[in-house]
Amino acid sequence: MPAASRKSRSTARGAADQAAGASATTGAGSTDQLATTAADRLRGEPADRLRGYYRMMQLIRRFEERAAEMYQRAKIGGYCHLNLGEEATIVGLMDAMAPQDYLFTTYREHGYAIARGIDPGRVMAELFGRTTGTSKGWGGSMHLFDTEVRLLGGYGIVGGQIPPATGAALAITYREAPGPDSPAVVCLVGDATTNIGAWHESLNLAGIWHLPIVYVIINNQLGMGTPVEKASAEPDLYKRGCAYRIPGVRVDGNDAIACREALRDALRKAREDRAPSIVETVSYRLRGHSVVDPARYRSKEEAQRLLALDPVAAFRKRLIELGVLTEEDAARLDAEVDAEVDAAVEFADNSPHPSPAELFAHAYAQPVPNMPRALPGDPLLPVE
Amino acid sequence: MAVITYRQALHDTLRAELLRDPNVFLMGEEIGVFEGSYKITAGLLAEFGPERVRDTPISEEGFVGAAIGAAMLGLRPVVEIMTINFSILAMDQIVNHAAKIHAMFGGQCAVPMVIRTPGGGGQQLAATHSQNLEVWYAHVPGLKVVTPATPADAKGLLAASIRDDDPVMFIENLALYNTKGEVPEGDYVTEIGTANVMKEGEDITIVSYSRMAAVALDVARRLEEDEGIRAEVVDLRSLRPLDRTTVVESVRKTGKAVVIEEDWLSYGVGAEIAATIQEGAFDYLDAPVRRVAAAEVPLPYAKPLELAALPDATALVKVIHETLDATRFRG
Ligand SMILES: Cc1ncc(C[n+]2csc(CCOP(=O)(O)OP(=O)(O)O)c2C)c(N)n1
Ligand SMILES: [Mg+2]
Repeated sequence: MPAASRKSRSTARGAADQAAGASATTGAGSTDQLATTAADRLRGEPADRLRGYYRMMQLIRRFEERAAEMYQRAKIGGYCHLNLGEEATIVGLMDAMAPQDYLFTTYREHGYAIARGIDPGRVMAELFGRTTGTSKGWGGSMHLFDTEVRLLGGYGIVGGQIPPATGAALAITYREAPGPDSPAVVCLVGDATTNIGAWHESLNLAGIWHLPIVYVIINNQLGMGTPVEKASAEPDLYKRGCAYRIPGVRVDGNDAIACREALRDALRKAREDRAPSIVETVSYRLRGHSVVDPARYRSKEEAQRLLALDPVAAFRKRLIELGVLTEEDAARLDAEVDAEVDAAVEFADNSPHPSPAELFAHAYAQPVPNMPRALPGDPLLPVE
Repeated sequence: MAVITYRQALHDTLRAELLRDPNVFLMGEEIGVFEGSYKITAGLLAEFGPERVRDTPISEEGFVGAAIGAAMLGLRPVVEIMTINFSILAMDQIVNHAAKIHAMFGGQCAVPMVIRTPGGGGQQLAATHSQNLEVWYAHVPGLKVVTPATPADAKGLLAASIRDDDPVMFIENLALYNTKGEVPEGDYVTEIGTANVMKEGEDITIVSYSRMAAVALDVARRLEEDEGIRAEVVDLRSLRPLDRTTVVESVRKTGKAVVIEEDWLSYGVGAEIAATIQEGAFDYLDAPVRRVAAAEVPLPYAKPLELAALPDATALVKVIHETLDATRFRG
């Protein structure tokens, strides 16, 4: 594994070393699957599934690259955080989820939305602020939402999604008995987000109330410019549930199958045993925090090293080595994906902007008397 | 109509709503076994069980946020925060999440939840435990904020809040829990967003809400009996949305207005009401709109200091007299 190639004492860097070879657990039974090597894991997979994974990884990669381009062309406003370097994690995690499960994410969520089944055109349209976007242009890049696929939001406030995700799991226990078909909640958080109070309060609630939830820590080694070891007194983030007796595992985020198996295992415990747990995926944020961040805090050598760890290129190479893909297949899939992303951009660009007439349409779900409707400069009261 | 306390009205309404709708459940610190810090939930754990009357740890941000998530899945959580002072710990979940989720996600997902919490000073609880923070929430589009002053409105507005599809801050007042009043029996709902003219009058309008509305009504009755001053009392009841029309109509009739509120003066409800009146009834005004509110200090513990800081009937009577004198009404 490329992720395992660099040895380091720092746990964040060394994370993948452990993850690639063996599971790191705190109390959760170690999973045999994780103990096998990444290569073995790939050999056990049907070829068409692996090709599907590659296609999705490449789709997310190209989507994000085009989003950055569209941002530079001012088609997209605000903050825009990309999943570059997270593609294998996304594909693995999203394949582990069942349709009945609920997903709460951070603001770095375009790829998750696409892999969860939302049309890339609708995601791009939201980035463009159009009515056809997943949130009808009200949310933008950080706030994708789609009840149909049970994506219950991207959240721009760090840690803001964690208590609501925990409450969604509470609602599941209120309504349903545990079992293999019972829904569960997946709540994604960044590495740096495990330092916020909402995280700790929520883990405690999940622990005492036995909630069907999996907290997935997307450890991309940085929170903006701050490395994990500088921000977290326990940099083995998967251990952060130990104060709440919530077990955790750490996996290599560049290994889609390892991510999938870890989440699937955790989801099974959530559904059937109502046992919350933590999955930490370790990957590398390939570019800046958001599209406007040149990441000057990273040295040239570091940037080079990260590019060499590109999970999409690595997966492509591996599949070709395994004979699952030929160069021609791969090139064909790449072209297909390019066309899909072109279509997404075109769809977004041709979609209507929301009308100012709808400004008050969504502030409340239920109208009551005297709802404010004044625009700036309007009189407070109706003019007679 | 039965005469019951504000506390009893809240309790009975919670019970009725739990019976009416299986999606309604209660959560909060010490609401179950302990039966609530102010005993609003007495007996409900025994009747409805721990799933529907859920004790939480001391994690305001965590459990308020959990209520949001449960509401997103269609349940109707009614959260008790021991006092409004502790709601500050849940501010991110209330303001950045409960208030935003419906709009920010394009109207796909409502957040039908209620946060019940008492504010108010005068209990010698000192600075951190005596605040009136309702305007913080009333400032935020996406929230509804109601402040019942009477047992009847405690019932009607609580029923309305629980049945409403938006997040509602239901703000009680510690000093109102033992007050008594007539409460309609059976299903009784007060429309959110409507003010109530508690007493009619032609001489001056007193605008208020929550505990100070009760004080205002008392003062108005006494002034009429003792001095023949016929004051109209408008209880706002709902701070967001705000029923400006009822206020303006009253002032167009009386030509004078005083606002009394328990929170601090600057940027308070009185400021909003005064602005509304000057825009909606400027030509009708015979005197400047005056405001009676708390002195702008962290509320002290010692009784003489606490009394000096809080608005009361004496201050209100003084300001009413000054306003009437300014128009030579009394003489
Ligand atoms: C409460 C809050 N504080 C600060 C920020 C600004 N902020 C946005 S992302 C971020 C870093 C989060 O890092 P991490 O959790 O590792 O997630 P990543 O961005 O790496 O995916 C910060 C500080 C915020 N959005 N919310
Ligand atoms: Mg990070």
